[in-house]
Amino acid sequence: MTILRHRLFWPIAVLVVLLLSNLIFSNNFFKVTLLDGHLYGSLIDILRRSAPLVLVALGMTLVIATGGIDLSVGSVMAISGALACLLIGDLSNPDAVGPVLLVVVAAIALCVVAGLWNGFLVAVLGIQPIIATLILMVAGRGVAQLITDGQILNVHSSPYRVIGAGYFLAVPVSFLIAAVAVALTVALTRRTALGLLLESVGGSPTASRLAGIRSRRITVMVYVCAAAFAGVAGLIYSSDISSADSNAAGNLIELNAILAVVLGGTALTGGRFSIAGSVLGAVIITTLDITAVSVGVPVETTLLFKAIVVIILCLAQSATFRAKVFGRFGTRRAEVPA
Amino acid sequence: MIDVTTPPAPQKNRPFLGGRRVYRPNAKHVPVLATLALLIVMYSIGVYNYDGFSDTQVLLNVFVDNAFLLVVAVGMTFVILTGGIDLSVGAVIALTTTVAATLLAAGWPAGVVLPLVLLIGTVLGLGMGAVIHFFKVEPFIATLAGMFLARGLSLLIDRNSIPITNDFWTQMAQKRFRFGEGIFISLNVVIALIVVLIAALVLAWNRFGRNVYAIGGNADSALLMGLPVGRTRIAVYTLSGFCASLGGVLYSFYTSSGYSLHGQGLELDAIAAVVIGGVLLTGGSGYVLGTVLGVLVLGLIQTIIAFQGDLNSWWTRIVVGVLLFAFIVLQRLVTRKAK
Repeated sequence: MTILRHRLFWPIAVLVVLLLSNLIFSNNFFKVTLLDGHLYGSLIDILRRSAPLVLVALGMTLVIATGGIDLSVGSVMAISGALACLLIGDLSNPDAVGPVLLVVVAAIALCVVAGLWNGFLVAVLGIQPIIATLILMVAGRGVAQLITDGQILNVHSSPYRVIGAGYFLAVPVSFLIAAVAVALTVALTRRTALGLLLESVGGSPTASRLAGIRSRRITVMVYVCAAAFAGVAGLIYSSDISSADSNAAGNLIELNAILAVVLGGTALTGGRFSIAGSVLGAVIITTLDITAVSVGVPVETTLLFKAIVVIILCLAQSATFRAKVFGRFGTRRAEVPA
Repeated sequence: MIDVTTPPAPQKNRPFLGGRRVYRPNAKHVPVLATLALLIVMYSIGVYNYDGFSDTQVLLNVFVDNAFLLVVAVGMTFVILTGGIDLSVGAVIALTTTVAATLLAAGWPAGVVLPLVLLIGTVLGLGMGAVIHFFKVEPFIATLAGMFLARGLSLLIDRNSIPITNDFWTQMAQKRFRFGEGIFISLNVVIALIVVLIAALVLAWNRFGRNVYAIGGNADSALLMGLPVGRTRIAVYTLSGFCASLGGVLYSFYTSSGYSLHGQGLELDAIAAVVIGGVLLTGGSGYVLGTVLGVLVLGLIQTIIAFQGDLNSWWTRIVVGVLLFAFIVLQRLVTRKAK
């Protein structure tokens, strides 16, 4: 029974059930083919389409680990896509790799500034994170529209398109980007003391500061990371559709990302985090969206479908729920006040 | 509500006069007073810059246009005071308006529809509260699922905007209380103010209200003191669900329509109003009056933008953000200095 107790058991179980239910409705769901040197198939599609959410959820995990929350990620996505498309439109040769790389760096740099802003409000001015990031959430989309002058900017640049829609060694580039980001974050947080510091700041900023941790600097850093990851996600999104749509880019992604983080077992109160869980949560949410389409749920009921799955998953993850409902079959654990 | 001619400015920065009668506001009141002072400053700036801003009706229109938000924010205040959060309120508004419009269009009498839609929101709130309490699901996630559920249900009922032509609804929507030439408030404002009054009284003097503060301060201590933590916690989400559906009814009076996309992002407006009004998101501290001021701040920002008149949609967003920023930073600085 120890496997049932594992933190990630329930998210994985839900993911497996979702994937299997796809199989019932489309026989070719698990089929992955190699066409023109690219991998094709629904599974690859899930990997490719979950990349932006994985990136955003990754940043969100770090923020939530310190007890904060970042609502501005969707707007930051819109800003980075808008700036990248604007700059590429001004290039004399949009197919040259060097200038496009510079544009990408510039877009991410702007997102880092946005992250510094959030971090400044939270760590230096001491504003509650939900309100501090709400400011950029509201204003950021305005900034993105300002950059594109309220238009949807279309770009034609083959190097830029690679980010979101390209393949490297038959694997989608967007997936590779997300994988590298996850690997780097895991290495930095679990192989160095950084993860420990994050959790200690989340547990108690004051106590960590007294213990000699520069909690203010750590807080700023996590918001910068969240914004930078959101910026990369925005680039993937805008490169995939070869345009910058300031209204649609990253719409509601903050809620999906928070949902992913919580599904992965990270508590919103901060103090501990699970990167693997968040990645899994993000993949579940994307799979859910894709499943809704492939099972043939009508557009009107997609949201309802999502609500029901989320409720089931939350209840399955709640130890109290399992004890209360299935408890009579096993040993009933004593109720401990929260 | 606010007398403009004699602004009751909180005197926070008066120098210390050797222990003589210096007005020192109670530390708990400082955030509310700071919001009030900044609200008056903001209003004065509006009056100074724009012709006709000082018209009494401009101020009353802030109430008329935000009555539903006020009701929703009052429910949110209770939830946030216990340290929780309710993300479902915007979606509950959509569900309420859609159900009401659909049933009224099908010929149901208003006397049945009105209690029914209020009941729907209340039951949804009760359900979320029960899940949060009994199964220890995080409020953020439980109410997010509630938001998906309510919005999904209203999309399922109808994807299009449905006009409401019911006589009762039209009457309620057009009801005006007039105080003089061109000075009036709508029925919505009266209902909202009654809700505010009841909420303020309950929080200040009722056992339930004191339990709310106690749980927000420290749920474990409250439990050990023998307070009914579970019942109170479920009750605040039920209350918030009720307030959200009442807000939805007011919204349907206000717009005379039911639409599954009504109230999008309203949960954040409500949370922002509550927090601007000085309620701590961690719970245990804050007042309903603060929430009223928070709603007024948001409404006044809209009014200023409307008076400016030449802003396109993206500059509007940026200006809202900048004003919100200026307000929150100032409030933060004032509060910090006073402490």
